[in-house]
Amino acid sequence: MNIGKSVVIKGELNGSEDLTIEGQVEGKIELRQNVLTIGANGKIKAQVFAKSVIILGEVTGNVSASDKVDIRDNGSVDGDIAAPRVAIAEGAHFRGSIDMQKVAGKPGDPAPKGDQKGETKPAAPATPQTSTTAPAGAGR
Amino acid sequence: MLSDLLRWGGKRPRQGDAATDAPAPRGEEPSVASKAFPKLLSTVAAQPDLPVLIDFGPVLGSNVAFFGERLGCKLFIEDLFADYDRHAKAGTLNELPAALETRFRHPDASVDGVLCWDFFDFLPKPAAQALAKQIIRMLRPGGAVMGFFTTTASPRAPFLKYEIVSDSLLRHRHHAGSGGAKHVLANRDIIRMFEGLVVSDSFLLKHNTREMLLRRKS
Repeated sequence: MNIGKSVVIKGELNGSEDLTIEGQVEGKIELRQNVLTIGANGKIKAQVFAKSVIILGEVTGNVSASDKVDIRDNGSVDGDIAAPRVAIAEGAHFRGSIDMQKVAGKPGDPAPKGDQKGETKPAAPATPQTSTTAPAGAGR
Repeated sequence: MLSDLLRWGGKRPRQGDAATDAPAPRGEEPSVASKAFPKLLSTVAAQPDLPVLIDFGPVLGSNVAFFGERLGCKLFIEDLFADYDRHAKAGTLNELPAALETRFRHPDASVDGVLCWDFFDFLPKPAAQALAKQIIRMLRPGGAVMGFFTTTASPRAPFLKYEIVSDSLLRHRHHAGSGGAKHVLANRDIIRMFEGLVVSDSFLLKHNTREMLLRRKS
């Protein structure tokens, strides 16, 4: 599933499939059992929770992964990272903290405190829950 | 004459922008033995809880892996060289002391180790004092701060990135930043600046560098 570069999402984005974001997201992204890729054009101002996170674009916010966070060349993160494995390429930018002891929650684990019903989100393709601006031609 | 035409027709050499004409390093990036670094590692590893480290240098993937996987540290990357670059390019280096006073969000006595690398070399005294004050504030009892201090002033020197090769070996790598003037801090100035900490180790190395480890008593 791809979110194209003209798409702007404000709110909570969650799902149970791998997702690539080339647009803008502000809020929260939760893909606890899947791989989230922030493409080179992606601009994220959000708290991110995923199994693995690959960053080629820009993230402002905290990133938690149960497997790995990978900031590629020209990728940028301003925020805190919590993941058992963290890879940062030579040309990447990072400012914040890195905690490799704290694990975000393995697949199948109950959702962390703060989730209202204490249960994982239902299996469904990634869907935005609040206001979305999606001009014609937004990629899928 | 033809040579005159060629001279006048060619571009004049650019006036060096003060923020961009740092001398480039030559040759291979050397690995240099460090005496203070293994001492810092011992201090940090001896902390009873998950150690918290601050790195004043730019992020290096291998360093992150070293501190995170090997030592289990929580690592804060506070790239002060980037801050310096920003101020140098904006012509606001005189605002650096004030900026450093409010730069760090860490609570008092919350950090076990601070890696200054050679950042203090590039700071005029007021900025160096402001930064030292913040380090003292953030350092936990039993914590340590490591710095590399030059013995030779220079009007222009490149920044370096220090890549951890092993417990006692650091690779001095080229840094793309602007560099700056290097100032010499006498030992007594360093001791005075870090009032409240004790110099636990000091090594004078061959390449005009003093490696110093200062600790806060437990």
